[in-house]
Amino acid sequence: MLVFIIRRLMQAVVVMVVMSALVFGGIYLIGNPVAMLISDQASEADRLAVIRDLGLDQPIWQQYLTFVGKALVGDFGKSFRAGEPAMRLIFQHMPATLELAVIAMTIAVLIGVPLGLYAGLRPDSFGARSIMTVSILGFSLPTFWVGLMLIMLFAVALPDWIPGWPRLPSSGRGPTVDVFGLKLSFLTAQGWLHLLLPAMTLALAKGALIIRLTRAATREVLPMDYVKFARAKGLRERRIVGVHVLKNIAIPIATVTGLELGQVIAFAVVTETIFSWPGMGKLLIDSILLLDRPVVVAYLVIIVFFLVLLNLLVDILYSVLDPRVRLDATAR
Amino acid sequence: MTDLAADKLPTTTSPAAKVETPLRRFISAFCESKLALFGLVLVIIIAIAAVLAPWLAPQNPYDIAKLDIFDSKMPPGSASSDGTLTYWLGTDGQARDMLSAIMYGLRVSLLVGAVSVVAALAIGTMVGLVAAYFGGRVDAFLMRCVDIQLSFPAILVALILLAVLGQGVDKVLYALIAVQWAYFARAARAAALVEREKEYIEAARCLALPQRRILWRHLLPNCLPPLIVIATVEIAHAIALEATLSFLGLGVPVTEPSLGKLIANGFEFLMAGKYWIALFPGVALAIALIGINLVGDHLRDILNPRNAR
Amino acid sequence: MTAPTLKLVNLKTHFFTREGVVKSVDGVDFEVKAGEVLGLVGESGSGKSVTGFSILGLIDPPGRIVDGQILYRGEDLTRATPERLRALRGKNIAMVFQDPMMTLNPVLRVDTQMIEAVRAHDDVDDAAARARALAALAQVGIPSPEARLRSYPHQFSGGMRQRVAIAIALLNRPDLIVADEPTTALDVTIQGQILFEMRKLCRDTGTALIWVTHDLAVVAGLADHIAVMYAGRIVEHGPTATILEQPRHPYTRGLIGSVPTRGHRGQALFQIPGMAPSPLRLPPGCAFQPRCDRASDQCATMPDLRDMAPDHHARCWHPVA
Repeated sequence: MLVFIIRRLMQAVVVMVVMSALVFGGIYLIGNPVAMLISDQASEADRLAVIRDLGLDQPIWQQYLTFVGKALVGDFGKSFRAGEPAMRLIFQHMPATLELAVIAMTIAVLIGVPLGLYAGLRPDSFGARSIMTVSILGFSLPTFWVGLMLIMLFAVALPDWIPGWPRLPSSGRGPTVDVFGLKLSFLTAQGWLHLLLPAMTLALAKGALIIRLTRAATREVLPMDYVKFARAKGLRERRIVGVHVLKNIAIPIATVTGLELGQVIAFAVVTETIFSWPGMGKLLIDSILLLDRPVVVAYLVIIVFFLVLLNLLVDILYSVLDPRVRLDATAR
Repeated sequence: MTDLAADKLPTTTSPAAKVETPLRRFISAFCESKLALFGLVLVIIIAIAAVLAPWLAPQNPYDIAKLDIFDSKMPPGSASSDGTLTYWLGTDGQARDMLSAIMYGLRVSLLVGAVSVVAALAIGTMVGLVAAYFGGRVDAFLMRCVDIQLSFPAILVALILLAVLGQGVDKVLYALIAVQWAYFARAARAAALVEREKEYIEAARCLALPQRRILWRHLLPNCLPPLIVIATVEIAHAIALEATLSFLGLGVPVTEPSLGKLIANGFEFLMAGKYWIALFPGVALAIALIGINLVGDHLRDILNPRNAR
Repeated sequence: MTAPTLKLVNLKTHFFTREGVVKSVDGVDFEVKAGEVLGLVGESGSGKSVTGFSILGLIDPPGRIVDGQILYRGEDLTRATPERLRALRGKNIAMVFQDPMMTLNPVLRVDTQMIEAVRAHDDVDDAAARARALAALAQVGIPSPEARLRSYPHQFSGGMRQRVAIAIALLNRPDLIVADEPTTALDVTIQGQILFEMRKLCRDTGTALIWVTHDLAVVAGLADHIAVMYAGRIVEHGPTATILEQPRHPYTRGLIGSVPTRGHRGQALFQIPGMAPSPLRLPPGCAFQPRCDRASDQCATMPDLRDMAPDHHARCWHPVA
């Protein structure tokens, strides 16, 4: 187990180093942040001072080495734009993104598993066919499209047409409550209202995925001998579905949910832009558009670390859920 | 040969006389799903609208000289100020006829989607076949790359690439290919691993045919069907991703807007109640994506041996 | 003369598939008394397993019992409500499946799977149910049952898993067990042990046992009666010794002839010519006729199950002498 975790973490380090070097080099080659940061009227001396200040006067390999050295102690440099340490900027924006992603994924699971289970148990029913057709819409449509339509519907059209229909907020986070230093929205009613549209946007696509996965897994488990044997034991249908079927399909569902959480965080980039949600996705887009290299690199390194951590957790969860799997050092 | 076919065709009235060719079985299986047929109709409509845009569209939205700035942001159904045409779907902020802009936008979207998928299919298949056929270290190395690439969310890879490469249709293409090749590589490898064990490959090896010939003439054609199914669905993914990137302002330039760019342009007017500028391109995009996915979804069902009844 | 525990009257179970109606079971009659063992023998596809599943009401769509009666202690199970069937399953009528690797749920511990089987029928607490599970495991000869209860199925060997499955079947002291080829997937030595133990258990407890198998040799030492099935019907039925020594149906004779014995050493084994017919395209009349060396024009009509001797019936126009 320990060996397994260590190997995974080492793999993560390699990926992080490669990624950071590629991005660092790539952004260096393309854009010149100085042009964007300094006004045209600035004197040559000011220009040089800024360049030196940002360390941009050194050759690239030296810049990269300096960067790696500092990155090892968590220092990714200062944002060109905000002047704050990139790392601090990202950590400031992270809770908003995580809150959005976790709530969206929770909604997706709470909706997706029961619907998928129903569709798997009664595959030929009208309800199941409708669910499956709608789920095709769910994963066909890109998140920005869904977000846009939700805004159109709940923040513009319905309140305009129907008097008294509540206008859902489509921008920002609303009031937040500090919990152990984390700013969270979901503890206030206003916060919930602000969360609703962006969370639904993200949840729709993932919910559709979970519906299809749950249905497929259910259809695979139902004809198994052990389900028939459970019937032969005279168990009630509720226990057969609720324990024998559910515990088996929980394995793929938990795995995919964990991995998809990473996707949700990544796609929050789009959702946050539409809904002006002050998370790290929006921070990334703004930084890319402004060639704010330290922030982009820091975001990537953190997200890689995050994804690897998530993968690791999913693997551990998998071994907990499926007694046949043991993460032995010998098995890998 | 032609005689035979001509003989057979009229006899299809009696089911017993019907010859079951794989193609015919495939067509009949496909027609079983009304939903998939509906999807096919959507795809055909969209494709015609896109391909014939220069002849069908009421206006050339790229021709700035033709645009009349007084016609901007007109609601659907208004007549143009010179009275020559009706803006059935309204106009956008630059006074472009939305219907024309959508048809031209579809061209960009479909082209980007199709070209990137074909290129990714070619690259990915090559990598996958080579990995499966040679096995060992080649396989391990190539699949490691694929794994690492796939562990990254596609949108992030594309975003970073575009941040590095800059804007432009060609840049978007590179980004989409980079995002997609790994799927095809993995699928091609899986298919090839199954095929490799079959007897006809064994036979070809025993004949001492050159490896290149075995790889391209024997292995490749037999691995293609599942890859083509993935390619259908991937076209939808590519179109959606391109639209997303353009929406975020990192995709195609404003001068040749794709659907995503059109929607982004309309987004700023949304709160002002000028819904049509974002809505109609959005609807066109949705029709294209849903059509392709309905077809792809059913294709997958047909070709999945597990679902064989 | 005791009343039979189970009596099938003209049971018909058909599957309505896309290609047509498969008459897997097409008019089967037999009965089993308490403490008696019936061997239900046939090739794969003969309908023997479907008969077994029909008794427990475990036929899934597109299959359906279309006609006949399943009389359990006089109660017709084909008319029973789903809840009544559920209450009988596992309590009065238990079943052991063919493949022990597949019958236990891989993600649940053995104790969970045993305790739930007790508590589905009896309102007892966890400890009492556990005690019964323990006793049942000991009864089927599982060493250190306390430790084994806390194991997962994959920690058992195939033979041990089948013992667990049998223990589960015995948990509620059923008076009928349907065993669907429970030893086919096991090693020969373990097969022998399980056969011996099952027979002893049934004798001791008075449980009726229906043993479904394709292997005549297995039921030869186990069953009191043998019913031979072919293409959904019983073709011969009688006491084990009679069937083995004086088979009257050509198919039964063929089956017996194809079992290797010491006396046959060096000689070619008998083979029944041809293949079992497709259940979708059965020949008219006697389904065995295309493979039968005694077939005549008369065989185009389906023969009835006729008395060959007291308690011995065969469905043949030209029975073997």
